Amino acid sequence: MVERVRIEVDGARVEVEAGASVAAALANLGVRALRRSVRGEARGALCGMGVCGECRVTLDGRAHVRACAVACREGLRVETCRA
Amino acid sequence: MRRLAFDVLVVGAGPAGLAAAAAAAENGARVGVVDAEPREGGQIWRAQRGRVPARAAELAERARSAGARFLHATSVFDAHDDGSWAALDDAGVLELAAPRCVLAAGAVERFLPFPGWTLPGVCGAGGLQALVKGGLDVAGARVAVAGSGPLLLAVAAFLRAHGAQVTGLFEQAPRARVAGFALSLLGHPRKLAQALELAAALQGIPQHFDAWPLRAEGAHGLERVVLRTRAGELALACDWLACGFGLAPSLELARLAGCAIDGGAVRVDTLQRTSVPGVLCAGEGTGIGGVELALVEGEVAGHVAAGREERARELLGARDRERAFADALERAFALRDELRALPEGSTLVCRCEDVPWSALARRANAREAKLLERCGMGACQGRVCGPALEFLCGWTRDSVRPPLVPVPLRALVEAGAPSHEPTKSPR
Repeated sequence: MVERVRIEVDGARVEVEAGASVAAALANLGVRALRRSVRGEARGALCGMGVCGECRVTLDGRAHVRACAVACREGLRVETCRA
Repeated sequence: MRRLAFDVLVVGAGPAGLAAAAAAAENGARVGVVDAEPREGGQIWRAQRGRVPARAAELAERARSAGARFLHATSVFDAHDDGSWAALDDAGVLELAAPRCVLAAGAVERFLPFPGWTLPGVCGAGGLQALVKGGLDVAGARVAVAGSGPLLLAVAAFLRAHGAQVTGLFEQAPRARVAGFALSLLGHPRKLAQALELAAALQGIPQHFDAWPLRAEGAHGLERVVLRTRAGELALACDWLACGFGLAPSLELARLAGCAIDGGAVRVDTLQRTSVPGVLCAGEGTGIGGVELALVEGEVAGHVAAGREERARELLGARDRERAFADALERAFALRDELRALPEGSTLVCRCEDVPWSALARRANAREAKLLERCGMGACQGRVCGPALEFLCGWTRDSVRPPLVPVPLRALVEAGAPSHEPTKSPR
């Protein structure tokens, strides 16, 4: 049995697997576009290992956090480029 | 600022770092191992659902029971002139000091730009595997795996085992070259067994050679990829494109320490010593070679760092055999010239600063591209476009700047103002 936690994604409350990376949890919810590039293109995870910075989101109000490198925990507030 | 002192500091807890740590600690050295990830194993042995692969766990246990101290989730971001390193963890800045240091920073995937490669849904081969290990559910998802190198096979098998529908495996190298290499596996029983196991796991997946992605398409994210195959262009609907063109050594730490770099890898002598006294390097940093080479290089470096050269020398035959195998592998999967024609003028090469290929055509080298076009100035600091441009244009980056990873300003204050010029020439 996989433990679940509640997080908030762009204002909506959802349940995700505890300990999943934010990038993986968002993709499981169908959210692959995470940030806008400097010219406004949608971007999602590329390297998966915290190197490329393409999956940066805002977590608990802190901008530019790599979604692939942070695990989901109860109450986490996530803002993607949809917000 | 907290200060920790060791006899041997190992940077990186992948195969090379773990082997170095175990060898050095078992020789009686006080060993510290620092790694950015929360668990040991590096990228190749990345933990899944908190579980570390057995080989990583065993090596880490050997190191720990010999007294090695692990600093996980800790990123080294600067080198000081006295040979110590500045690192950041949740609690703040750490100064790590040791008379001998083993750099085992591993490698990154080499991505090549092609039209549509910035669409969400196009990611690395190792990249998609890492996401699945992080909890991404690919059951039923259509995945195309493309690029080059043995990692593609391992990733395709991994994705399939997790329920993905792998719609095709596209290797840019010619079939004859890969087949010739496969024959050489007969001289390596263990590798042959692994290859046969992989082949069985991949049965039924269409496998193409001389094939590569031409463009990825989709309105808001990836919907299909168009590939060049021997039978002509093939359009494939997919949810994910897992695409990587081999690996490139991570050289930032070595550059910061002032180590000489040759041909895209850290220059080491026969005992894994770099050009900087007290600094050793093992694993992918000395040239891409895979897990087995990384393990034996790490062990050599660990013995040397602990002052036991005679024990290191016993391993040199095994290491040289692994190196020869790695060189053959590199030749078999060498990237073909046609891939240099993949980007169109409007294709972005630097994804951080959105620099198109057309802007780079008028530049002569990496420095010009950076100073005049902002190529490599963004969040990844050239870790994505750098290896691409190395292949596309033959440009090598000649500098690195601290901090190596983004850190809060208070961390820089705590660590003290940089005491050295940001760019060092090899000493």
